[in-house]
Amino acid sequence: MARMDAVSKQTAAKIEKLAESVMRSVKGGKNPFVEIPIRSLANVHFDARKGIVQLGKQRQKRYFFNVAMAKKFMQTFLVSDACKELVESGKTTSIRDLYYITKHTIGDTRQNTFEEQDESDPIIEDLEVALDALREELHLFASRKGSMVGPITIRDTGDTIDLRRMGSGGWAVPSIVEENVIQFVRHEARYILLIEKDAVWTRFNEDKFWKRERCIILQGGGQPPRGVRRLVQRLHHELELPVYVLVDNDPWGFYIYSVMKQGSINLAYESMRMAVPQARFVGLSSFDKDKYKLPANVAIKMDDGDVSRAKQMLAYPWFKDARWQREIQEMVRSGMKFELEALSRRGISFITEEYLPRKLKEKDWLA
Amino acid sequence: MAKKGKVTVAAAKGKGKAMARPAKQLELVPAEPQARPARGNAAAKKVEARGRAVPAQLAAVGPSAAGPAQRSAGAKAGPTALGERTLEAPDAGAPAAAGPEARAPRRRATAEQMAQKQREISISEFFTKNRHLLGFDNPSKALLTTIKEAVDNSLDACEEAGILPEITIEVRDLAFEASKTQELTKGEGRFVVIVEDNGPGIVKAQVPKIFGKLLYGSKFHRLKQSRGQQGIGISAAAMYGQLTTGQPIRVVSRTGKGKPAHLFEIQIDTRKNNPVVTRDDALDDWHQEHGTRVELEIVANWQQGQRFVNRYVEHTALSNPHCTVHYLRPKQERLSFPRATEELPKEALEIRPHPHGVELGALMLMAAESKSHDVKGFLSTAFSRVSPAVADEILKAAAWKGRVRPRDLAEDRHLAETLHKAIQATRIMAPPTNCLSPIGDELMKKGLVSFLHVIESEGPESDGDQQLDLDSAGTKKKSRKEKEAEAKVAEVPDAPPEEGVEKIKGHNYFIATVTRPPRVYRGNPFQVEVGLAYGGSWPADKPIELFRFANRVPLLFQKSACGMTEAIVKTDWRNYLLSQPKGSLPVGPMALLVHIASVWVPFTSEAKEALAHYPEIIREIQLAAQECGRKLATHIRKKQHADYQAQRRSIFELYIEEVAQSLGKITGKSPAPIKREFLRVAEQVTETELEEQDKALKEASDKVARNPRRRDEDE
Ligand SMILES: Nc1ncnc2c1ncn2[C@@H]1O[C@H](COP(=O)(O)OP(=O)(O)O)[C@@H](O)[C@H]1O
Ligand SMILES: [Mg+2]
Repeated sequence: MARMDAVSKQTAAKIEKLAESVMRSVKGGKNPFVEIPIRSLANVHFDARKGIVQLGKQRQKRYFFNVAMAKKFMQTFLVSDACKELVESGKTTSIRDLYYITKHTIGDTRQNTFEEQDESDPIIEDLEVALDALREELHLFASRKGSMVGPITIRDTGDTIDLRRMGSGGWAVPSIVEENVIQFVRHEARYILLIEKDAVWTRFNEDKFWKRERCIILQGGGQPPRGVRRLVQRLHHELELPVYVLVDNDPWGFYIYSVMKQGSINLAYESMRMAVPQARFVGLSSFDKDKYKLPANVAIKMDDGDVSRAKQMLAYPWFKDARWQREIQEMVRSGMKFELEALSRRGISFITEEYLPRKLKEKDWLA
Repeated sequence: MAKKGKVTVAAAKGKGKAMARPAKQLELVPAEPQARPARGNAAAKKVEARGRAVPAQLAAVGPSAAGPAQRSAGAKAGPTALGERTLEAPDAGAPAAAGPEARAPRRRATAEQMAQKQREISISEFFTKNRHLLGFDNPSKALLTTIKEAVDNSLDACEEAGILPEITIEVRDLAFEASKTQELTKGEGRFVVIVEDNGPGIVKAQVPKIFGKLLYGSKFHRLKQSRGQQGIGISAAAMYGQLTTGQPIRVVSRTGKGKPAHLFEIQIDTRKNNPVVTRDDALDDWHQEHGTRVELEIVANWQQGQRFVNRYVEHTALSNPHCTVHYLRPKQERLSFPRATEELPKEALEIRPHPHGVELGALMLMAAESKSHDVKGFLSTAFSRVSPAVADEILKAAAWKGRVRPRDLAEDRHLAETLHKAIQATRIMAPPTNCLSPIGDELMKKGLVSFLHVIESEGPESDGDQQLDLDSAGTKKKSRKEKEAEAKVAEVPDAPPEEGVEKIKGHNYFIATVTRPPRVYRGNPFQVEVGLAYGGSWPADKPIELFRFANRVPLLFQKSACGMTEAIVKTDWRNYLLSQPKGSLPVGPMALLVHIASVWVPFTSEAKEALAHYPEIIREIQLAAQECGRKLATHIRKKQHADYQAQRRSIFELYIEEVAQSLGKITGKSPAPIKREFLRVAEQVTETELEEQDKALKEASDKVARNPRRRDEDE
């Protein structure tokens, strides 16, 4: 067994404790269970003071002797076992890897322990909340996507990296970005810009927007992964830099912003470590189509799903602010959505040379 | 009664008496309110057609033969309707029909002017105008109707003669045969339909009239359960063939060993409605000892019509388990439905009408024909269940002052009405029910089993309501692969053999049947039967298949207008553990057969496609369905229970191994003792949980049993 740091020892002990409590129940002739905080909208609330989404106190018992729950119970311990091994051996792996590690055929049947990764991912989340251990503490990371460049030098597992010299691709943000892995060395950035899309981020990088504007630009390939979100939060707190978010003008874009800002329902238990309640939404706004004279033919008609999604958002407590209500209502009213790329109609670098500078100058954002 | 019709016949009996009765004639005009089919306009036309048809009938057999079964057709006509038969052109009937409602009093045409327009219509004209009423609306439907008329006749004849039927149905595509290409005719084309039976045959002298004269039959005039009840008749098919192809109908018939077989070719003189025999040969040799073979060349649409024919043939085999059917189709393997029993259906006896079913007009008509000298005699001879004592009681209720003869009743509507009321007021024993011949529990079961054996190769067709629409082209049939996939899915939990479960082609079907005791509506005995086949390869997520039958004849159209459908929809199948969207057929892997046997099946229209909505009948169907449903619920519950138990055991056993391994590794202990402990708990937990499950199931079943849904009223 490799040497374990204090956190790892603690995590391994938590897993052992869980297993022992189950064995105790069985010995006592009782139906064994695992208690798991519920991770659904019903058990999530918005803490207006802190500005983040948090998990409530409701818990659910997962029994073994229950036809509907038996399989998940079994899966929970397959994952626990695999994680304990990872922790003890000091290795980290992806959640996809974990799916393969734990997948096998049961007995002489044609059933598998897991049929899809979709089955094992929620079990991991269950385990995180049940053990009150973060995914990183279980030595797991989610898919890695996201890149970053800017006037900053960092240290990544001992290597010093200058993010001003990352070429066209940028630095790939790892999924574990805790202090023990990533440290910030020095910087002259004035703010952080998170861009929804890889393609738009590439435009900003090519135009050397970060150099001209002295900012750090990041992209998370749509919904940013945990690593990106955690890194943004650390940059924000530790370097005291404001965060701007640039997303498509559609419900999905708004949702990405809201996740950056106060956390997601699904990962509400980690909001504290991820959310940036002060994050600012710079665009695309539903009113930009007029302000920046976007022709009608670059609009995309919203489908029924978009509309109902937008209407749902109207009810989110963190969108209760009058300006947000107007923003969303205007989208519903027009029935149209716009991608960031629509701005290219006004010139390929319109977004980096005119749109964003003007937005920032006019302080035309929502928070 | 569905057979009500107005008779717009300017009748003049013998001495021109009827001319003196304009008032009565007027009464004949407004159509009787009756259960109308959805196609309102068509219904109205139908009524007219019926009215016109009657005199033609009488032309053939003469007034004295107009028996009780006629009562409805002639109902409002009264005695005056008998006699001279003038078939008015349909146009002439229209102004008269508008009579009572016409607001403007201005006279438009005099009787004399109108008389000029009144002329005989030829039978071909009549046919052409009314072909939709007779089932020859379009070439797809005509194909089915032609086959149906011939097959119904064969089955009726065999049953009456006491012969176990063996019937061959053949459809030939003439263009396909001539062209030597591999392509069947697409759309309309010339086809030959052949139906051959081993029945009693037909005596030589009768053949021309049967096949060459419209509305000539033996079944119209009697009150007896038969398929060709109101017989449009085989001659209508002959007529259709003649009109569309110019070809005569060919008939071979032989009445027994040692007697020659005769081959006829018969045309119809469409002006006179008379047969013209164009060929009459005695055959030296014919392979049937006795029997009849009918060949018709018709314009048909096989491409679109075949699925209806297929269905008709399959369902006919199902409702006639005593019959062997061979089915030959162009470019397809011969399909045979071997008989499932050697037992002939119980013979259906002819009965006299029951007084409670008689309508006023019919009563007058019957009185006119009576040979009795007094009303007492008339009542006790013309009706069933009227003994002299009962007749006395009726007369007492009528409380007539003077002497009344049957003849007086025929002529005096007021007197007849008094008698009619008296009859209704008198308690009279229910009609005899030995006149009915249901399929029977056991045979229905056998029929279903052999049906499933044969149709499985074809795959159950589940086109729901689309079957009503002949004009919409054939539904997409499932590919073989899809069917195989389905079969595999259904096969997995192979339930242990259980009472009522039949294994057919690798699938388990639960089969239950119920034959209700005979009942009476409006003096007509009838009997309802319901059978179901559950499970097997029927789709679980589709509405059930409803097979409807009247006197063993499958009803293929107008499903949603049919009283049988209403009864099944109104039954709460959730009590029997099927899901059921509101106001719809239940959903589940099931075929449900509903059969009504009656001396007089009430249809919503002449087309005989949907059962009329008589509450007495609907209720009987519901009772039968409920009885079947209870058997089904017991089966489903047992099956669920068995499945559940097996599932539980295997689930826990499977997972315990995995959990014990993981726990062992996490805690660094040996997995074997952990597993033992889990297994020990498993037993306890399983038992208590099963008990709970049992309790829940029992409660559900009690609820069903308690649920009266009019059940107790009857028992
Ligand atoms: N295949 C047959 N074998 C024996 N008799 C037949 C056959 N087909 C018809 N008949 C006789 O001809 C009569 C007329 O038949 P049809 O015109 O179809 O009217 P319906 O069936 O209503 O009586 C039947 O009643 C029956 O007596
Ligand atoms: Mg017939």
